[in-house]
Amino acid sequence: MVLFVLRRLLFLIPLLLGVTLLVFFLMSLTPGNFLTPIKAQRDISPELLVALEKGFGLDRPWYTRYFLWLRNVLQGDFGYSWTYKIAVVDLLWQRVPATLLLNLTSFAFAWAVAIPLGVLAAVRRNSWWDRATALLAYASLSIPEFFLALLAIYLAARTGWFPLGGLTSIEHEFFSPLGRALDIAHHLILPTLVLGLGGVATLMRILRANFLDVIRAEYVTTARAKGLPENVVIWRHVFRNAVNPLLSCLGYVVAGLLSGSLLVENVMSYPGLGQLIYSAFIRQDQFVVLASVVLSCILLVLGNLFSDILLAWVDPRVRLPVR
Amino acid sequence: MNPVLTKRSGLWQQVIARPQGALALGLLGFLYLCALFAPLLAPYGPGDQDLQKPYHPPTGFTWTQDGLAVRLYENADPTQALYRPIPGKTATIHWFPAGHPYRLFGLLPCRRHLFGVEPPQKIYLLGSDSTGRDVFSRLLYGAQVSLSIGLIGISISLGVGLIAGGLAGYFGGWFDSLVMRTTELLMAIPGLYLLLALRGAFASQFGSGEVYLLIVVILSFLGWSGAARVIRGLTLSLRAQTFVEAAIVTGLSPWRILWRHLLPNLASYLLVAAALSIPGYILGEAALSFLGIGIQEPSASWGLMLAQAQEMKVFMCNFWWLLSPGAAVFVTVAAFNLLGDTLRDVIDPHFRTSDR
Repeated sequence: MVLFVLRRLLFLIPLLLGVTLLVFFLMSLTPGNFLTPIKAQRDISPELLVALEKGFGLDRPWYTRYFLWLRNVLQGDFGYSWTYKIAVVDLLWQRVPATLLLNLTSFAFAWAVAIPLGVLAAVRRNSWWDRATALLAYASLSIPEFFLALLAIYLAARTGWFPLGGLTSIEHEFFSPLGRALDIAHHLILPTLVLGLGGVATLMRILRANFLDVIRAEYVTTARAKGLPENVVIWRHVFRNAVNPLLSCLGYVVAGLLSGSLLVENVMSYPGLGQLIYSAFIRQDQFVVLASVVLSCILLVLGNLFSDILLAWVDPRVRLPVR
Repeated sequence: MNPVLTKRSGLWQQVIARPQGALALGLLGFLYLCALFAPLLAPYGPGDQDLQKPYHPPTGFTWTQDGLAVRLYENADPTQALYRPIPGKTATIHWFPAGHPYRLFGLLPCRRHLFGVEPPQKIYLLGSDSTGRDVFSRLLYGAQVSLSIGLIGISISLGVGLIAGGLAGYFGGWFDSLVMRTTELLMAIPGLYLLLALRGAFASQFGSGEVYLLIVVILSFLGWSGAARVIRGLTLSLRAQTFVEAAIVTGLSPWRILWRHLLPNLASYLLVAAALSIPGYILGEAALSFLGIGIQEPSASWGLMLAQAQEMKVFMCNFWWLLSPGAAVFVTVAAFNLLGDTLRDVIDPHFRTSDR
């Protein structure tokens, strides 16, 4: 178990090196750099610019700069954001909780809705309920997330039931602790629904298919023949076996959420990591991009790891591969 | 009669025989015809502005003694883009009037459009956008981008995936591990981040045609890894079978074995994979254009049109027709998904999803 976790974490090192090298290389191909906006300002002398370029090593080839960056990162220095004028670590520290919160709530929403829907669809197979949920799943898989986000804002603007974006109201600072929590929850509802809907459909379809596979197994017939109540058969015998494949696809869901939250956060002006990465890419805020890519990769690997461990914990037949 | 043969030859008949398959094929056929004949069907060009009529609502129809006609509107409040129909004033719809010149299929010079009204008046089937451009026309021209990008993108990425995965599975060794590590790297990065980085790397000014090509190449670059991994797995299992060994013993070259013996066995997988992956390309292009780094103005693309619908004015004043490109993306993606699922049901009954 410990060996397995260690191996996975070791795999992070070449992955992070490869990803950052790739991003660094691609960003070095981009014309201009994070000093370009400053060059247009009259009050900055050319000498200072040259000094800045030298200081950041911008006159050197990209691979030299990569190793300089790597050395700094190993010493815990992720650099400075030129757009936000603060250290990258502090900037990320502000943004990560918002993205994590949104991803966790969407995730919880997806599971909480998908499990009962999927089980019910499988148990009442071919009923109108089954057909209706299948159709809904199909629709939500085919709808682009950013369009769904637009529709959500549209709903919010037309009805006024929900805030139009952001994570907090302007008066947030003046609320009581409970009021603050409720305020954040109110802002979270629409982004959570938008981001979680795709997950609901995927999970529901997989769960229904697995459920129908397991329900034909002989031990289910045995359990029924013993005279166990249908409730117990469904939840203790079928569900526990049918839920395994869901756990192994948990990692992919995390990856999808990260990508999806970039679009949703941008459309719904939610102050998270995705919005930060997008604006950093557009403004060529190189150190912010690199640090956020590193962070997302770590989150991704941790998500996969967590799903593997969970799988081993739920299903005693699964042995984590040591090699 | 050979049962396998009849199954193969009747693949499309079997797809059409299922209601979902017929529905999906019908929808896709309709959409592709619309895209193909876009200049003929659209009353205006994708960039034709009318600054007097921003955010014009969809025009209403009515019958007059001259035949089908559209109502005329007056701009009641320009600050809010509030339009009111003028009672009793209409413009008759002409069929096949002469309009701006274009080339049908990029070849035939032509001036006729399917329908239109007398020039100073305008017909807006789906309203107009912020600069008075016809949303319906732009939707049709946008379909050309969105619908072709999927087909071209999937051909490139399946081609690369087939070569890389096939060779990796067939030869193994260092090439195999090189391909597999590369795909793992590509799959480890959240797709959209890589897309942004790649697009940023080639951010210099491009013409709209070049941007289109760039997007296709970037999307295919992201897409080949998944196909390559599955094809490698399939090739590995096929390679262990007797008919491949027999082919090797006969002295056929590896290329010939790959081309004549392995490829036909992969064909059905490729078909299903193509139908199920095309939505990814359509959504990818739409997302890129939506973020403002894909197809550029004044060209039309569904994602780009949706980006316009992001303005607060649109939500506040209820310009719902500007959201129609989203519905178009939805219908297209749903049709491809439906086709892919039906194809999979027909080809491989083990993976049936709809009814077990």
